[in-house]
Amino acid sequence: MKTLRDILEEGQVMAQHRPWPRAVVGEDSWQQAIRLLQEEQCTLLGLWGENEVVHLALIDAQGKEPAILSFECEDGSFPSIGRAHAPAIRLERALRDLSGLDPEGLTDARAWLDHGKWPVDHPLGQARPAEAKRKPKPYAFLPAEGESLHEIPVGPVHAGIIEPGHFRFSASGETIVRLEERLGYVHKGIESLLARQTIERAALLAGRVSGDSTVAYALAFARAIEAAYGAEVPVRALWLRALMGELERLANHFGDIGAICNDAAFAMLHAHCGLLREQVLRTADSCFGHRLMMDRVVPGGVRADLPREGARMIGGLLAQVRDSFPELMEMYDNTASLKDRTVGTGLLSAKLARQFGAGGCVGRASGRAFDARRTPGYPPYDQLEFEVPVLEAGDVNARIWIRKREIEQSLVMIEQILRELPSGPVCAALSMQPGAGEGVALVEGFRGDILAWVSTAADGRIARCHLRDPSWFQWPLLEAAIEGNIVADFPLCNKSFNCSYSGHDL
Amino acid sequence: MRRMIFKSLVHGPLTETAPAADDAALAELAAQVNVVARRRLGRTLSIREVDAGSCNGCELEIHALNNVLYDLERFGLRFVASPRHADVLLVTGPVTLNMREALERTYQATPQPKWVVAVGDCARDGGVFAGSYACVGGVGAVLPVDLHISGCPPAPLALLKGLLALLDSAERGSSAAI
Repeated sequence: MKTLRDILEEGQVMAQHRPWPRAVVGEDSWQQAIRLLQEEQCTLLGLWGENEVVHLALIDAQGKEPAILSFECEDGSFPSIGRAHAPAIRLERALRDLSGLDPEGLTDARAWLDHGKWPVDHPLGQARPAEAKRKPKPYAFLPAEGESLHEIPVGPVHAGIIEPGHFRFSASGETIVRLEERLGYVHKGIESLLARQTIERAALLAGRVSGDSTVAYALAFARAIEAAYGAEVPVRALWLRALMGELERLANHFGDIGAICNDAAFAMLHAHCGLLREQVLRTADSCFGHRLMMDRVVPGGVRADLPREGARMIGGLLAQVRDSFPELMEMYDNTASLKDRTVGTGLLSAKLARQFGAGGCVGRASGRAFDARRTPGYPPYDQLEFEVPVLEAGDVNARIWIRKREIEQSLVMIEQILRELPSGPVCAALSMQPGAGEGVALVEGFRGDILAWVSTAADGRIARCHLRDPSWFQWPLLEAAIEGNIVADFPLCNKSFNCSYSGHDL
Repeated sequence: MRRMIFKSLVHGPLTETAPAADDAALAELAAQVNVVARRRLGRTLSIREVDAGSCNGCELEIHALNNVLYDLERFGLRFVASPRHADVLLVTGPVTLNMREALERTYQATPQPKWVVAVGDCARDGGVFAGSYACVGGVGAVLPVDLHISGCPPAPLALLKGLLALLDSAERGSSAAI
């Protein structure tokens, strides 16, 4: 069987693409790539359309050699990957809605992001006005049949302060037989807005794809732009980016641990974790001038240097966390009524996590060790000492535990960054090197790996930019994990996944 | 756990002093809030949050209002699960076309008297998402907005000031009417 490297060699490698190889391939190689995905020799990283071309990002099983294969759709269609490899199904449905390119052989003909409300069809492809009198068709949920089954529709407006999405439960009494998600409610057309945009404005948009991961998104976008431009980033900026990234991870993990416990009606841990989260955000605000550190990472470096008293403030935060967090986790571990809700709940099998290439806590709690900071890796993480915690259990408890251990790793990394932070400038002017033009980056946010891909026009503006949220490969797994659980445990499971709606809907 | 509970008992509350109501918000409200409507409410408002396409940044900061440092409920403000229990709709996002109908239906499900507070820069006019084929561009284009709280996202303190202004204005209205 051919390897990914063989397929690349057979294709036409595009020299302007950095840092991974991109090759235009024919139908035979495309089918070979599908086989690699099917047999888990490779993991799917992304799938998107650009004009009449479909790009497929994938990485070998060791997570070391990522690559992009491009297929030119001569008649507006391409051989479907989703028909043989389920993780691609929703990506292809979205691709069809946005670009109008047809995944040939995909059995699911339903639209995904397009709810029939936009004034245009195929906004990223051959855009044409939507038919004026077209009435949105009711969405056909997959049927669940059996005696005494009932349906529970939930959303898009939920009971809590969370993002909108629709969940359709089919339940037998208390037990969930099938969950089907319907997303797309917060589709803002970000990729269309990004096209023809200046780098500065595009960076603002990239930082607002998913507000909880604003640092990670800004970093993914910046790294893709820097690759496309062939630009160097000052080393101090690299370290400050990691500092912000780890602070973002801390804040989100504290919030998530508290919120999961809250969904099991254990308010005390929620209160204490909420306090820790708030303290991280306040420290970020004092150090970088924004609580979520929005717009602080920019192409070329960072926009805010750490102030002189910054190291002391962050040191104080770390001391506080080290003082109270172990006690909180001890309380979690020793509260039988709480563990009774989390242990064995929402099981995700290692097989599915591997097949879907689930990133972040979701993957690592089900035995998938992938972490983009380690492989393919990016600076300064090659110089930071950290472990990637992995558990096999795959339940809500394991996902809490992974977060706990990631918090510990982040604390160690932040300490090292503060100790060894290089001096120097924090931002370099961007100038486009000849021969460049396309860039890609994979960055580890708190939720998992974010893929950013850009192609630039001759004037340096964005021609096309694609941003793929880790949630694309986690949302479908929530449907699998919830099966056989009781309806009342759905909030727990959902929160333990904590997928992004906005990042997914784009 | 006992040690933690004991510590909490002797430590005293962590909750911080309340900020003053936002003057600008008060001025915006003075013109819009109906006196008769105010009379029906005491010094308490129930809030239903609706994400109409936000990036989730605003939700994170709205969440923070419930943490021990801001403790929103001490002001009589609380988040409720259904629009049918709400006095205030707190709406975020540039209003995506895919969320427009859900937002309108949530508004219709909210009993009178009711207020709409638009939160965040994109809820004002679409912000960075203005001009997209998928966005209406601001809550005001869909619902009558009584108050804007700007920021990207607004910090919890800014949210608190805006909501306190709403409360003050409601209270002033009711006492004036008595």
